[in-house]
Amino acid sequence: MGILIVLESEKGQLKSNSGELLSYGKALGNFMATDVFALSINCSAQSSVEKYGVSKAIEVHSEHLQSFNAKNYADCVAEVSRKLNCDIIVVSSSTNAKYMSGILAQKLQASYTNNIVDLPIEKSPFTVKRSVYSNKAFAHTELNAAVKILGLTKNSFGQTLEQTETKTESLEVTTSSSSALEIKGQDTLEGQVSIADADVVVSGGRGLKGPENWNMIEDLAEVLGAATACSKPVSDMGWRPHSEHVGQTGKPVASNLYIAIGISGAIQHLAGVSSSKVKVVINTDAEAPFVKAADYAVIGDAFEVVPQLIEKLKAFKIQNG
Amino acid sequence: MKIAVCISAVPDTTSKINFVENNTVFDREGVQFVINPNDEFGLTRAVWFKEKNQAEITVINVGLSDTEAILRKAIAIGADHAVRINANPTDSAYVAGQLGSYLKQHNFDLIITGKESIDFNGGMVHGMLAEMLNIEVVHACTSLEIENNKAEIAREIDGGTEHLSCDLPLIISGQKGLVEESDLKIPNMRGIMTARKKVIEVIEAEDIDCKTADTAFEKPSKKAEVELIDAENLDELIQKLHKEAKVI
Repeated sequence: MGILIVLESEKGQLKSNSGELLSYGKALGNFMATDVFALSINCSAQSSVEKYGVSKAIEVHSEHLQSFNAKNYADCVAEVSRKLNCDIIVVSSSTNAKYMSGILAQKLQASYTNNIVDLPIEKSPFTVKRSVYSNKAFAHTELNAAVKILGLTKNSFGQTLEQTETKTESLEVTTSSSSALEIKGQDTLEGQVSIADADVVVSGGRGLKGPENWNMIEDLAEVLGAATACSKPVSDMGWRPHSEHVGQTGKPVASNLYIAIGISGAIQHLAGVSSSKVKVVINTDAEAPFVKAADYAVIGDAFEVVPQLIEKLKAFKIQNG
Repeated sequence: MKIAVCISAVPDTTSKINFVENNTVFDREGVQFVINPNDEFGLTRAVWFKEKNQAEITVINVGLSDTEAILRKAIAIGADHAVRINANPTDSAYVAGQLGSYLKQHNFDLIITGKESIDFNGGMVHGMLAEMLNIEVVHACTSLEIENNKAEIAREIDGGTEHLSCDLPLIISGQKGLVEESDLKIPNMRGIMTARKKVIEVIEAEDIDCKTADTAFEKPSKKAEVELIDAENLDELIQKLHKEAKVI
């Protein structure tokens, strides 16, 4: 019995979702009354792990695991989980975690469920609550295999700080570097926040009338340290790249704050952003579906409201450090 | 090149999602089922390979007879063969097991699935298949080119794109970007006639255990009423986001 939390890192640094994964794993350990281990690969995690109450950190260092390869990472996690006799594996909902976990589930003959939004509903039969139908509903799902893999939805559980003393142990794994897949390179947004990692997302729709008007979306995003996103029609018309399209067939958004500007709120868009905690809408049309679905709405012309909001936020930032 | 495209039938993206029988069963009443959008991007990419490189496309669906409409649409778009594995697609492990058992017996050079279905959003079938068939897999692909048996692939990563290459055989899970929304094909009359006449191969399901079971569903609870903020009073919005919602 035991719980293995799989932390993710990039260039030797833990990813920002680690605090939530650790908090969830710790709470799950209490719920199941079992040991909790936090695994990091090619990254020292002790200082983060001890902040979230997890007392056992496991580090794997291997030159074969320098860059992410889903099969090799799945091999590593499988081997560690067997060595530690863990029957529950907690993973994130990042693109890489989803890539790896299907492979891992097959390898371990495990029950794997992702998009989980809370602690299990029941221990026996082991039942979790997960979002389905692209966030339009939740399912109660029983996991009936001996090994269970739980994929946690970002921002669903939150972080709980709880200082503890953590002991770190290094484990050797037999993972090889064999793979027919060759990584050629990566294009990443240097200095920009990705939609997946962002606490705040500023999103624009057709109401902005054209790609030339996106500088005010970018300016607002900059003041808030936010990622920029867009609605489906905007990406379909080529105003913005597909990587910014959020919604049911685009990227899901689970930020703390989602600001929708000139987006009427088609059902597919609303589904995709429904995991965001607070939604603000700026729209000329008080009858737009998104207004009803928002927490706060400003009815007005984006071209007047947004520049004012940028100025006021700048003043607010200065006042509040 | 032999391509397999695994497709699933999902409620149209505009569908209202409701449940019946004490919230244990999805309410199919009035819901139109379509090819899962992520699968359709992959299928359309496969048809382009066919047009350019004489690829042969087999579409496969795990479903009961009521999902044959999506297989016929896939043929009308350009697939050559359609296979239905006759079973209710109860969970991902079950579906992957059924598909794996078929795919093992046929040597495909390229196997395409969607990144995830828009109903259960699992996104794990392709990973399971990769492990079962011992073939490389690339998840969430936004671009795929194949020349001389070698694939050049772009996949989504959080905050960017990764470029990879790999010799065939290969499994990819696709999404928008493989082709654009405007590239999706509307079947023409000739396609529709071909699809109507085509015999769909029906295969009986293997005996495979499910690893998960959905026992109940619930809809998101009603949220509080929206708070309207005067466009002339944006300071109020900032204060509310700061003090009430605590998000800035």
